[in-house]
Amino acid sequence: MSDCMSKIIRTTADIMFMFIVVFGFYIVLHGHLTPGGGFQGGAVIATGFILLIVAHKLDDFLGWFKKKAFQNFEMSGLILFIGTALAAIPLGYLFFMNFLSGAGGLFGQVVPYGVNPGFLNTAGTIPIMNIAVGIEVLGGLSIIILYMTSGISNHEEGE
Amino acid sequence: MDILFDNLPGLLIAIPLLGAFLTPLLSRAGDSIRNAWVLIVTGLSSVCGLLVASQVLETGTIVYTFGVNTVSNIIPPDSGGIPIRIIFTIDPMNAFMLIIAAIVGFCITLFSVSSMERLSGKDGFFTLVLLLIAGVYGMIATGDLFNFFVFLEISSLAGAALVAYRIDKGVAAEAGLKYAALSTIGGMLFLVGVGLLFAQYNSLNMAVIADRMQLTGLDIIAFVLFFTALAMKCGAVPMHFWTPDSYAMAPSAITAFLVVSSQASLYALFRVCFTLYGGQINPLTVGWVIIILGILSMFIGVTMAIPQKDVKRLMAYHAVSQTGYMLLGVGVGLAALSSTCLSQSIGVMALKGGLFHIMNHAIYKGLLFLTAGVIMYRCGTRNLNQLGGLGHNMKWTMVFFMIGALAIAGIPPFNGFASKLMIYESTFLFNPLLAVIAMVVSILTLASFVKVFHSMFMGPKLPEYENVKEAPTPMLIAMGILAILVVLFGIFPQQVVDALVAPAASALIDYQGYISAVLGGA
Repeated sequence: MSDCMSKIIRTTADIMFMFIVVFGFYIVLHGHLTPGGGFQGGAVIATGFILLIVAHKLDDFLGWFKKKAFQNFEMSGLILFIGTALAAIPLGYLFFMNFLSGAGGLFGQVVPYGVNPGFLNTAGTIPIMNIAVGIEVLGGLSIIILYMTSGISNHEEGE
Repeated sequence: MDILFDNLPGLLIAIPLLGAFLTPLLSRAGDSIRNAWVLIVTGLSSVCGLLVASQVLETGTIVYTFGVNTVSNIIPPDSGGIPIRIIFTIDPMNAFMLIIAAIVGFCITLFSVSSMERLSGKDGFFTLVLLLIAGVYGMIATGDLFNFFVFLEISSLAGAALVAYRIDKGVAAEAGLKYAALSTIGGMLFLVGVGLLFAQYNSLNMAVIADRMQLTGLDIIAFVLFFTALAMKCGAVPMHFWTPDSYAMAPSAITAFLVVSSQASLYALFRVCFTLYGGQINPLTVGWVIIILGILSMFIGVTMAIPQKDVKRLMAYHAVSQTGYMLLGVGVGLAALSSTCLSQSIGVMALKGGLFHIMNHAIYKGLLFLTAGVIMYRCGTRNLNQLGGLGHNMKWTMVFFMIGALAIAGIPPFNGFASKLMIYESTFLFNPLLAVIAMVVSILTLASFVKVFHSMFMGPKLPEYENVKEAPTPMLIAMGILAILVVLFGIFPQQVVDALVAPAASALIDYQGYISAVLGGA
């Protein structure tokens, strides 16, 4: 992994990266409306980072994105998820209660009856949990790949 | 305040999960803050477990539904009488297991905080410990088959990562990989079984499936899949080969909790036999299958333990052997309860003995693994041939090891004797040969532990362990709690049986009660 790919591949990867990340966030945000969700969207975003790792030098990549940043993503996603579930208890409901659904405000709209183009502002805590899982998965999968790549480069240096 | 009490079963997994996810963050604030946080979280979740258990024993089965507005809203009005949400069903049997997990969970965290002092990577370690604890609580408390699978996977993956945590020239990594692979196979078998039941009964809720159970051909296949998966996870003999590796290579405190996690699988095995297929399967056949597994585990476990030179590997084989006693007790219970020529009281007695042994085993085996952990911490080796003369410097550890060793060998007045006596008495009336085998295994256990005791603690001081010190105070407190319980349960077995074990046994037998607690007297 010590040398990077050709300039064509690097440029293409840089351009594709943005589209992959936007598509991933689209899947995360529409998790409650369309197929997919937090995990799938997070995995798509992580593939964007993996594309950068493959196309560039690992050291260059680590100059742009720190391992610590991915750890922070992972951790904050998990905390957001469990926090949303726990927030129901002080409000007087049971664990994991969807207290935002139908309450108005953020994600609180009721879905109108019949065919509709899909309203993002619905489903209560479910989109929040999807976002949490998306952030968690993009951090977690990227970290796994980062550790595996550093394993490969250590191995090659050893030989 | 009421809302907190209503939410206790939910907090049971919410607290360790929140604790696990916040641990990496608090690790950045320093070691002592993280240690305090981990101890507070496990302490709170243990208190939570004990409170739930006492509530259940006082007022009867608790049914806790996730994601509803009030506690009583178990079955949505528009669902046709089926609980469609994920529910926790905690009857006295679950309460019994919760008490075990709560006690051992707190002790192992207290022990780990001290034993991990000098090692690196502690934030990941404690996150995984808390996830393992959450997984085991979930396995015990859940009333939903798919949810059980999820918690089984959480505890298996956290357990596998913890087994491999000290890489140890790749040996621990191999043990962890083995544990992960076998747990995944077990989990997949379980999942296929759940699918077969879901396809037929349109529900994942244990009570609903138990209520609708027809015992078709597919149900029998599902039963075999459940049985195999759970017997593998609890380390019964033909599927025991992962236990010596992973129990020996995991950090000692983790091993003590892996025993509890195996017993959560054992609980699920009994739940499947008694409740899910309650009154439908042939109790005599299934009972005898469990008895044969139990006899094999007992005998092969102990005979494999005798030649071991690694103290933790030896204890791991003893764990297999003791699992045999639990299987024997419950198997005899299942077979004798259905028998027409034996009185019901024999079956109930055997069942109580088997269940009581689960609790006793978790406590004394936890104690023994923790003493092995102290030896590792102070001397850096587990090889019995290299150890010796430690009794001069490690007096408390020696006393705790003696208590644990005598308890596992079934010597009065320790708790192992109390439960083994119940198993012997009832098994003898059922089939004398089984009782004789059980007693022989007990004697072999004693022989093996006399050897361990002698080679670790007796003899003159060895030069390399001249200045070995006693264990640090938190470790001694953790072992002390377990040792006191071993002695207390041994001196007052009748009180413990009456208060905890008897309600658990009758809850296990009474599958109608379990169904009606969820479905509301249907």
